Amino acid sequence: MALRKILEVKGTCVSVPGDDVDTDRIIPARYLKCVTFDGLGESLFYDVRFDQNGNPTNCSLNDPRFAGATILICGRNFGCGSSREHAPQAIYRYGFRAIVAESFAEIFFGNATTLGLPCVSASRGDLGRIRQIADSEPKREMTIDLTAEMIRFGDNEFQASIGPSARDALINGRWDPIGELLEASALVKEQMAQLPYVQAR
Amino acid sequence: MGQTLFEKVWEAHAIRELRNGQTQLLIGTHLIHEVTSPQAFAMLREMGLPVAFPDRTFATVDHIIPTDQRTEPFSDPLADAMIKELRKNCLEFGITYFDVFSGKQGIVHVVGPEQGITQPGTTIACGDSHTSTHGAFGAIAFGIGTSQVRDVLATQTMAIGKLKVRRINVDGKLPAGTYAKDVILHIIRKLGVNGGNGFAYEYGGEVFDKFTMEERMTVCNMSIEGGARAGYVNPDETTYAYLHGRPYSPKGDDWKRAINRWESYVSDADCVYDDVANFDAKEIEPTVTWGINPGQAVFISERLPTPETTPEDQRGSLAEALEHMKLQPGQPIKGTPIQVAFLGSCTNGRLSDFKEVARHIEGRHVARGVKAIAVPGSQGVGAACKELGIDRIFTAAGFEWREAGCSMCLAMNPDKLVGDQLCASSSNRNFKGRQGSPTGRTVLMSPVMVAAAAITGEITDARELFSR
Repeated sequence: MALRKILEVKGTCVSVPGDDVDTDRIIPARYLKCVTFDGLGESLFYDVRFDQNGNPTNCSLNDPRFAGATILICGRNFGCGSSREHAPQAIYRYGFRAIVAESFAEIFFGNATTLGLPCVSASRGDLGRIRQIADSEPKREMTIDLTAEMIRFGDNEFQASIGPSARDALINGRWDPIGELLEASALVKEQMAQLPYVQAR
Repeated sequence: MGQTLFEKVWEAHAIRELRNGQTQLLIGTHLIHEVTSPQAFAMLREMGLPVAFPDRTFATVDHIIPTDQRTEPFSDPLADAMIKELRKNCLEFGITYFDVFSGKQGIVHVVGPEQGITQPGTTIACGDSHTSTHGAFGAIAFGIGTSQVRDVLATQTMAIGKLKVRRINVDGKLPAGTYAKDVILHIIRKLGVNGGNGFAYEYGGEVFDKFTMEERMTVCNMSIEGGARAGYVNPDETTYAYLHGRPYSPKGDDWKRAINRWESYVSDADCVYDDVANFDAKEIEPTVTWGINPGQAVFISERLPTPETTPEDQRGSLAEALEHMKLQPGQPIKGTPIQVAFLGSCTNGRLSDFKEVARHIEGRHVARGVKAIAVPGSQGVGAACKELGIDRIFTAAGFEWREAGCSMCLAMNPDKLVGDQLCASSSNRNFKGRQGSPTGRTVLMSPVMVAAAAITGEITDARELFSR
């Protein structure tokens, strides 16, 4: 299955501050009542973007200066909590094409990568600088170079790590593993024959 | 050099190395529910793929199901569409489905063990992060996303990087009034909500040797709240006694062979762990959360942290948590008024949880103005409680006794907080908005601590209340 090679992501940025931003924050559970992922983008960060009466808050995602941003800047342990793929799906469908954070929760990271949504980590110090630039120059484009694991932003370069398997999967266009998994069906049957509990009852 | 259970089970299930360096891992047992599976089935249809081994997937309905009335159609059309979709998918692809009228429905992590589907030395995946629960049996169990649900349905395998193993020893004797829930809340508090990133947690030591299966499940359940994608306990006689005679447990000669096999997976005495963390059981007290992640917790006797006692890089989180919780730095947590008490969930919705609480609340009553609900984790748990008269003890004490489901653990069914209600909850997450109201407040604690809070109307040291 030929997938797009994701070598770099270019776009303007918006920062959603805070550490341990969990999956319920990214997409509140009440919006998971659906049988397709369509339309999830509208519910992204719903309780951050809207107050109790449904009026927009002064959150950065509602700030017209950052309209059209495609790179999301976050804090430490982003995406902790649920295994719901609805979270990265909502981020992707809202229009984001990469996330830069200090670190990511593991299940979230895997789910996002499988969608072709790169999650790159930068140091806390660099993130502070990145936020400053993003806030003062909202139209400034960032380039995330996945091959070199570098972020270029204005005149600055920052180290960005993504980890060897996600990097390989994205830059070689094999971030959705289904095609490769399907190739091994004979091996799977062989292995299953060794395990009594998976035999038909 | 010896191997850990994790390594042995991994090796027995590893199919091959994938081009990106991850492992294609055989998932022997796949559990599904209504929230994270419909899109996976849709993807299969779109790709024209069948379910490769339909007898290795088991389904039930838990997140969206109302716990107060079971008449269909459900009043929420979205919930109704989801249960119908699950039924349709299971029927079309030939998957065993524990439906509402089977008497076996419940939270997927309660049903799997109860049915004997969860077994030692197996790999288990489910589109739910609390799949780590099944590790209590010495299984390697992962929470997965919907694309991976698709992968497992289509291939019975998934792509995953190998985890490191951290051994967590809890030795000594737990003080009276301290439970499995306190042990895991304490571990998360000490190791951090992301401390387990990249690790599977192997729990052991005297406390785990003595724990029942249900207590082990409570701890393994919350591994993910500490960032560990999987958590497990080596199987032993307690494990085998629990599994013996359950519907899907091996029978006759197979049973003996199974035990031999399970024993062979136990971590070797000379195995090497990537990391070790030691805890002294006698230092653990009843623990309650005060913030908006499960690591933000204190002993019931403690005061909340202050900016001065908090590391600089956590002060922002402290301020954010206190603002949401409407609590003050340095205040005691004890005495904080509650409006709702929730007893249930895949963490603490099993028979022993209700039995233990019933023992304490008999002859007492929920405080005026507190809404208290008790929700069995499965229809099996509900039926066992009824047989023992436990449900009547709860209703006599002023609890609402409900039907099985995820209920107020998360806001996908009618059981929700309203406004900024504060809920004493036996569940696993205190994230902002988790219980259905964006301003709702959750305080996680053991079931007996929930009962104590329900009775007094405020966060209470259950040891003091129930010794009276």
